[in-house]
Amino acid sequence: MPKIKLSENTVNQIKEVCTEFNNKEGELINVLHKVQKKLGYLPAEVQEVIAKELNASVAKVYGVVTFYSFFSMIPKGEFPISICMGTACYVRGAEQVLSEFKRQLKVEVGESTGDGKFSLNCLRCVGACGLAPVVMVGEKVYGRVAPSQVKEIIKEYQEGCPSGNAKTA
Amino acid sequence: MDTVQLTIDNKPIVVKKGTTILEAAKGIGIHIPTLCHMKLDDLNIENKPGGCRICIVEVQGRRNLAPACCTEVSDGMVVNSHSIRVVNARQTVMELILSDHPSDCLICPKSGNCDLQSLAHQLGIREIHYKGEQSTYREDTSPAIIRDIDKCIMCRRCEMMCNEVQTVGVLSAINRGFNAVVSPAFEMNLDHSVCTYCGQCVAVCPTGALTEVNHTSKVIRALSDPSKTVIVQTAPAVRAALGEEFGYEAGTLVTGKLVSALRRLGFDYVFDTDFAADLTIMEEGTELLNRLSKYLEGDKDVKLPILTSCCPAWVKFFEHQFPQMKEIPSTARSPQQMFGSIAKSYFAEKMNIKREDLVVVSIMPCVAKKYECGRDEFKVNGNPDVDYAVTTRELASLIKLANIEFTKLPDENFDNPLGESTGAGVIFGTTGGVIEAAVRTAYELYTKKSLPRLDFDELRGMEGIRHATIDFNGFPLNIGIAHGLGNARKLLEKIEAGESEFHAIEIMSCPGGCIGGGGQPYHHGNAEILKKRQMAIYREDKNKTLRKSHENPYIIKLYEEYLGKPMSEKAHSLLHTEYFDRT
Ligand code: SF4
Ligand code: SF4
Ligand code: SF4
Ligand code: FES
Repeated sequence: MPKIKLSENTVNQIKEVCTEFNNKEGELINVLHKVQKKLGYLPAEVQEVIAKELNASVAKVYGVVTFYSFFSMIPKGEFPISICMGTACYVRGAEQVLSEFKRQLKVEVGESTGDGKFSLNCLRCVGACGLAPVVMVGEKVYGRVAPSQVKEIIKEYQEGCPSGNAKTA
Repeated sequence: MDTVQLTIDNKPIVVKKGTTILEAAKGIGIHIPTLCHMKLDDLNIENKPGGCRICIVEVQGRRNLAPACCTEVSDGMVVNSHSIRVVNARQTVMELILSDHPSDCLICPKSGNCDLQSLAHQLGIREIHYKGEQSTYREDTSPAIIRDIDKCIMCRRCEMMCNEVQTVGVLSAINRGFNAVVSPAFEMNLDHSVCTYCGQCVAVCPTGALTEVNHTSKVIRALSDPSKTVIVQTAPAVRAALGEEFGYEAGTLVTGKLVSALRRLGFDYVFDTDFAADLTIMEEGTELLNRLSKYLEGDKDVKLPILTSCCPAWVKFFEHQFPQMKEIPSTARSPQQMFGSIAKSYFAEKMNIKREDLVVVSIMPCVAKKYECGRDEFKVNGNPDVDYAVTTRELASLIKLANIEFTKLPDENFDNPLGESTGAGVIFGTTGGVIEAAVRTAYELYTKKSLPRLDFDELRGMEGIRHATIDFNGFPLNIGIAHGLGNARKLLEKIEAGESEFHAIEIMSCPGGCIGGGGQPYHHGNAEILKKRQMAIYREDKNKTLRKSHENPYIIKLYEEYLGKPMSEKAHSLLHTEYFDRT
């Protein structure tokens, strides 16, 4: 893993969040949540700062980050792609859709493309079971997606931004 | 009312409120099988995640089977520990665990000592009905410990040891479900982490997921090389535990048989680390007195308390976690390294053996010693002072491999000059022993009087942190003792905060000291074994004619012939070391 150097400002931001939760180890999940909201993701260096501030071991922090699929250690792509893996989507072929995305983008789940454009993630049920299988790109929802449509969806974003900016914070 | 009445397997009993079904059953001789649960009485060590469900029992009136290790008894409870329902469920749980476990017992380093294996046998598992994918994970090899995580059953005993007992915080459960493993942060290798190699995770792992790096084949190769002189040293705690591997009751001293076994294995000289422990006391004791007299003369800069430095896991611990205090511990090397250094200088010169042709093997209760002998400061032109450190367990396997019938061996004596030792050297093997040995010598050197008594009961025991004050001719010498790195951390924090009143502190990484080392025969969660080993160590001390390090005739001779006096320049270069900031 290449080391990144956190700016003083970032470190201070992280410390602030920790103080907000009284530097309590018991608040680890809340701290991680809030820091991810601010920074977008939780790379190793950020986890190290949090561990130090909360007086917890880095292994423990890493344990929590890897336990909850909500937390991410890599920056989200410009267009984050999420595939619902809830039961309805799953039985209607979400798995095949996912592998097609992996094939087209040449990334694994939880990774971003080299140009930072796309990242790939799985979600629990998003509550749009009627549309299964469901794919989200940013905030935009695609329903009844077949593997053959994947190429097209990606293309939409490669050629500049389509209507309804999909970009999220 | 603080007692509860219940029946287990039709036997009525009364136990204290808050007791678990497991403990209650144990009290009446019913052994409910466990896997993740582990409790070391008197040491305040318990792992109770309630995760494996092997310990399930039937409680009348309850719909679900209850895990005995974490279910408290209640009044009128009726428990059945082996109904057909329980047995079936237990077998199913075991089969599920085994369905994601490699079946290579025949060649597993833990075979014969594995709790999972013996439990599968006890439960009569002959087939695994659940076939599915098996999780795989890369193997991680460090200088002392191998992690073969495919064999991990997520009991989390190691995690508890590393975090709660040792407060090192290397290991944590990561990921979830099928991909869950115990790992250092960011899945880095152990040798990139702050691991101390104390080996306490290895000591409690019920499977072959954590084991020591095995050097037995290297030792065999050295022994069969005619161009090499191969000598061996044995640490004090080994003689109090090795017997367990050959069916002796825990706490049986097998010193004489140990020596004969080593001779039969083909070592050219069988020496004793206890000799080097006596040497450690001469150096460390002198260092203590030097610091103390400076302090009494009003020197404000003198570093007190002095901390012992014979435990390599402890050394690595403070190098990572308290580097700002690295000037406080004694600079004396550990007995293992003092031995190696003297063997490859004094002894080699005396015997006219070239350094490269002398191989020093050490038998240790410890896995951290494997890492220690590889540290660069203990090498001369790349040649290590100690070539191979093998554990008590590895020695047992070597003895078995060589067809030596251990129980039939005669008692033999160590060779000289590096085999003579006093009782003070022996007690290095238990918590409290190093400081007691140091007191015996420092007292006589300081007061120039002979000690009225040799047994310092106030320094003995199993309490995690102990202290005592010894009257040094009117000067009250305050002594602290900690075993287990979590306890050490507590003392260090006190020193840092300026709250410590101690002049000297002994620290050992392993609970119980080296008798409880990570390389000892497995205790399988039975803390009684550690106590029996401790008693054996004190028995060995009592049986010795000489019990003070400075009375060891070969130590006196070593100073006369070679080193001059303690802390001399020569002693300094051969027997002392420095510490590094590893943050
Ligand atoms: S050897 Fe000690 S410090 Fe290292 S992982 Fe095991 S318990 Fe933790
Ligand atoms: S490595 Fe061993 S002690 Fe640790 S969780 Fe796995 S099986 Fe248990
Ligand atoms: S206490 Fe003894 S066995 Fe344990 S790490 Fe230290 S030297 Fe090794
Ligand atoms: S031993 Fe009780 S749940 Fe594992």
